[in-house]
Amino acid sequence: MSPPLLQVNDLKKHFPVRSGLFSRKSNWVYAVDGVSFEVERGETLSLVGESGCGKSTVGRAILRLFDITGGQVVLDGQRIDDLSPGGLRSMRRRVQVVFQDPFSSLNPRMRVRDILAEPIRNFGLAKSAAELEAKVVALMDTVRLPRDALGRRPHEFSGGQRQRIGIARALAAEPELIVCDEAVSALDVSVKAQIVNLLQDLQREFGLALLFISHDLAIVEHMTHRVAVMYLGKIVEMAPRQQIFTAPRHPYTRALLSAVPVPEPGAIRNPIILKGDVPSPINPPNGCRFHTRCPYVFDRCRTEEPELRSAEGGQWVACHLNALPEPPGPAH
Amino acid sequence: MSISTSSTAPVPPGLVIAPQLPDLLLPVAIRRGVFGFLRNHPTVAIGGVLLLCLVLVGIFAPWLGTVDPTALAPAKRTRLPSADYWFGTDLLGRDIYSRVLYGARVSLTVGLSVAVLSSLAGLAIGLVSGFVRWADSILMRFMDGLMSIPPILLAVALMALTRASVGNVILAITIAEVPRVSRLVRSVVLSLREQPYVDAATASGTRTPMVILRHILPNTLAPMLVQATYICASAMIVESILSFIGAGTPPTIPSWGNIMAEGRALWQVKPYIVFFPAAFLSVTVLAVNLLGDGLRDALDPRMAKSL
Repeated sequence: MSPPLLQVNDLKKHFPVRSGLFSRKSNWVYAVDGVSFEVERGETLSLVGESGCGKSTVGRAILRLFDITGGQVVLDGQRIDDLSPGGLRSMRRRVQVVFQDPFSSLNPRMRVRDILAEPIRNFGLAKSAAELEAKVVALMDTVRLPRDALGRRPHEFSGGQRQRIGIARALAAEPELIVCDEAVSALDVSVKAQIVNLLQDLQREFGLALLFISHDLAIVEHMTHRVAVMYLGKIVEMAPRQQIFTAPRHPYTRALLSAVPVPEPGAIRNPIILKGDVPSPINPPNGCRFHTRCPYVFDRCRTEEPELRSAEGGQWVACHLNALPEPPGPAH
Repeated sequence: MSISTSSTAPVPPGLVIAPQLPDLLLPVAIRRGVFGFLRNHPTVAIGGVLLLCLVLVGIFAPWLGTVDPTALAPAKRTRLPSADYWFGTDLLGRDIYSRVLYGARVSLTVGLSVAVLSSLAGLAIGLVSGFVRWADSILMRFMDGLMSIPPILLAVALMALTRASVGNVILAITIAEVPRVSRLVRSVVLSLREQPYVDAATASGTRTPMVILRHILPNTLAPMLVQATYICASAMIVESILSFIGAGTPPTIPSWGNIMAEGRALWQVKPYIVFFPAAFLSVTVLAVNLLGDGLRDALDPRMAKSL
């Protein structure tokens, strides 16, 4: 059996906090602290969690926009976290990115043609100027943008159109995996739906794998195959879509899901309100990271950190409880 | 009551169709080309035209009815402005009109050279300190040190080390202005580095030198160009101040500062000696500043065009 397209083993990324005179490193932010997962070819894995849980850091580490602190990133059987910049370059083509903000993710001074041509030139994917132009035009068709827009600059486009340009740029490198870092979060609902559908079409067409980083569970439920839930730099639960949305096993996942708005007037919702705030990633709690806010906390949680362990149905969960207690009934 | 409608479709009985409203906004003509740009940005046009006139005056000074600006005529000292001496004559009988026109050469040369040189030096230093972490603190502490000395004082001190000449004036003012530009470039570079499009370029295989050339530099140029115009204006003022206090351009070369310095003693009885060079200096600085303000607004590609 061939190895999975992307394998992330015990990924750690700690950022130094500099303070005081001479920029001493006084502390560390444990942004990502031991995350492991795999992405198969053609699969969508969603990474969900609230702001600051480290999901974007995971995405940027896979793109190797910085050096990681520990662990391994393995692409198609080859480690890429320890490659030199030169050796990395050939691997870069296979993993591309679409960012959240359609306004700052495109260079305002470049024409669309040059934006799309940049990756093609970098990786030598076109032999001649004519081939380059043909590829650029084909990319515009792929993302359903008019060809005559190639000579324009990004500020002449709407948010949704800019995001299409961003997707076209990612596709230009002919990647196997696209990291979508909150790729639809900044768009309004109707445009969001269009972009999500476009991503799904492209996935089918090119057999792309997507790492879909998002906090929008409704979108995630619509398009993902599997979901990994992150809390404070760790994955607390990972499971196929069906299981996560119908039978979450981690108390945090359950709380997260209960907060999703129901698109039905008068529907009875019973959101689980967690106590307190997310602890600081500079000084994460001992034991289970969620124990300070967990409604089912017991002694063991405060001292012993639960491993991400396999449960039935392809579900993985990091909790000392074997099964969650029944959720409280609707409040009256 | 009959209401005319543009539609020819029959109006169902009992319904009254509202009249068409006139367009409240006139269609915006899309202005293209150099003239369109200048019409959209009148400040650039005014500043640019003024500055162009002054540059032409400086270049064509010998053909604009001037005489030798250094020719002495002790018999014709301190004449009032007249048909012969448009701006009058100074203490040594030299024609002030000729001196002011030739003085434009010095001011504009100094202003433009300082703007170009300090921009280039500042760009290089700013880029290095924005990209090389360890060099950043060294360079910036050095720039802080330079900035802690008032620029005019620094220029005076540097002039004291060398011989009075236009070249040395340019060098002295440039050294005093470089810290400001490099700080600006550094801050712009630091914020551009964090832009997602820079990350996207890195992820799509663009090497760091190319990232700087293609993504960082072009976006640094607009704020730097604006800063350069302000530096040009301030350099011309500093040059005049240096000449005025006798630490700048040698007195044999007519510059606006020199003319004013020589007329200072007679200010109460013959104010025109100081007035004309001062007026030219003010207009030149105004023109450059107008150009800078206009460019600041015009160069932002995201800025909506004004109607």
